[in-house]
Amino acid sequence: MVEPSTGNICAENLRKEFIRPDGQTVVALNNVNVTIKAGEFVSLIGPSGCGKSTFLRLLAGLSKPDEGKFTLDGVPITAPGYERGLVFQDPTLFPWLTVYDNIAFGIKIRNIYHEKKTEVQDLIRLVGLDGFEKAYPHQLSGGMAQRASLARALVNHPKVLLLDEPFGALDAFTRMNMQDELIKIWRERGTTMVMVTHDVDEAIYLSDRIFVMSARPARIDSIIDVEMGRPRGRDLPDFLRLRARILQILDFAGKREEIQYYL
Amino acid sequence: MQQVNQPDKKTEKTNRFDLRTLAPTLSAVLALLVHLLIPNSPRYTLKPMPYFTIALIFIIAVTIAFAALSVFSRKIREKYAYKSWFIAAVLLVLNLLNIATMKLMLLPAIYFPNPDRILKVFADDGAFMLKCLGYSLRLLATGYIIGALAGMTTGILVGWSKKWSYWVNPLIKIIGPIPSTAWVPIALVSFPTSFSASAFLIALAVWFPTTVLTSSGISNVQNSYFEVSSTLGAKTLHKIFKVALPAAAPSIFVGIFNGTGASFITLMTAEMMGVKYGIGWYINWQKDMLSYANVYAGLIVIAITFSLIITLLFRVRDRVLGWQKGVIKW
Repeated sequence: MVEPSTGNICAENLRKEFIRPDGQTVVALNNVNVTIKAGEFVSLIGPSGCGKSTFLRLLAGLSKPDEGKFTLDGVPITAPGYERGLVFQDPTLFPWLTVYDNIAFGIKIRNIYHEKKTEVQDLIRLVGLDGFEKAYPHQLSGGMAQRASLARALVNHPKVLLLDEPFGALDAFTRMNMQDELIKIWRERGTTMVMVTHDVDEAIYLSDRIFVMSARPARIDSIIDVEMGRPRGRDLPDFLRLRARILQILDFAGKREEIQYYL
Repeated sequence: MQQVNQPDKKTEKTNRFDLRTLAPTLSAVLALLVHLLIPNSPRYTLKPMPYFTIALIFIIAVTIAFAALSVFSRKIREKYAYKSWFIAAVLLVLNLLNIATMKLMLLPAIYFPNPDRILKVFADDGAFMLKCLGYSLRLLATGYIIGALAGMTTGILVGWSKKWSYWVNPLIKIIGPIPSTAWVPIALVSFPTSFSASAFLIALAVWFPTTVLTSSGISNVQNSYFEVSSTLGAKTLHKIFKVALPAAAPSIFVGIFNGTGASFITLMTAEMMGVKYGIGWYINWQKDMLSYANVYAGLIVIAITFSLIITLLFRVRDRVLGWQKGVIKW
């Protein structure tokens, strides 16, 4: 495993508000202060509307905080950039490009395609899409499309990979496969991973730390260290204990605020 | 799989001949017999020409060739057999037209010339018509290319930037719907030559639909494509040319297709109203001289040319939008 030196994330007094269509202001995040170490795998989990996707979008630079700031290796984040790769739940592959061209998109627009050409093929192999280079996105299954999307984000060698419920739309079997692939990539590259998920098991299986968020007020409720070796058996007592604990926190957060939908 | 295929192979071997492939030949032979054996109407005073006979013999030869090829090639057989009824019917219509005009003179001869007379025009006046066509195509291409490029440019600007949309959109809304032919009187006095005036009108005709559909195509591109591209390092120009434009391409093509139709109309109108050359002018001129055979010949030239252009455009679209196969059919 590469010992990562870059990819330190720091959030200082983050606040983000939205104005609802009826004119009311909703606070999506308030007073968030966290640090994520380089090479760490962090998951954000919490009920709908707890601001976890907002957290990710701010980190990606797709929206700007109303107060406070995000920094990456000490540099404030003001706009999207290739050093912060993003994978959505929907693969959002460009339908007019082949799998190969989708994956090569990042290095092509940065004009480094000629030097980095071989990496595209390496990535295709890494995510197991050999033989599908010339396929168009509509010809892929959901899992394959998500692999291509992952490879597309990785081609730029981002310091941070942001994953917004990346496996949420996949079937259980494919999802578990993809989780293992992700761990493999993470170990190989030492990329800092920040993932939003609805799946407690997924969070425990993958993460070094889990940020459990509450909806109202929107903030990080508790931070849980996952002190387990890898690979993690999903039926180990430690695993199940942690699962019960997180569910309890989520349930508690839910009841206190009378929220009916979570997970 | 093999067992399923075997009976197919057998039928392929035994059924090398499809009766339908003879239909066009029979229809052509019938037309030839009618033409040669039935005497012309006594009221028909013009000297008979050999052109229709020659054409029919040529058609018979070609259809026989295809029928023969069909025996050897399965691909040709399937295609030709499928089309055979239609080809036979077209030849039958030609035959009926010949009967109605030359043999029975059911239609006023001056306005409805027989096929023989129309073919004679191609033989006598073909070279001049081609010259006219060349002139028309030059005019069409000039206006069309300017219009399409200008349309895409304004479409991108309006679809992409709010400022451009604010200033230019009202203009498009007011000027766009005016049929470009309505500008003929103004264009003819504002431009130094009738060529440039007509090119301008054609460009205008293409510009409007291309602009509208380019801008709507671009403003309807999913925002997530732009978000993803920006996290991959895309700057504004990348987003326009590498994301917005390809994503909007299907819509842009619809605009260009609409523009093509409008450009044909404008070309013909311009040539009939002011331009002193070109295939539209030719038709109008021959009409004034009551040479309706020449008018029909001109129409046939236009039909062939324009349908070739449309076919070409479809080919281009299929190539550019190959990625859409299986996504959208239109």
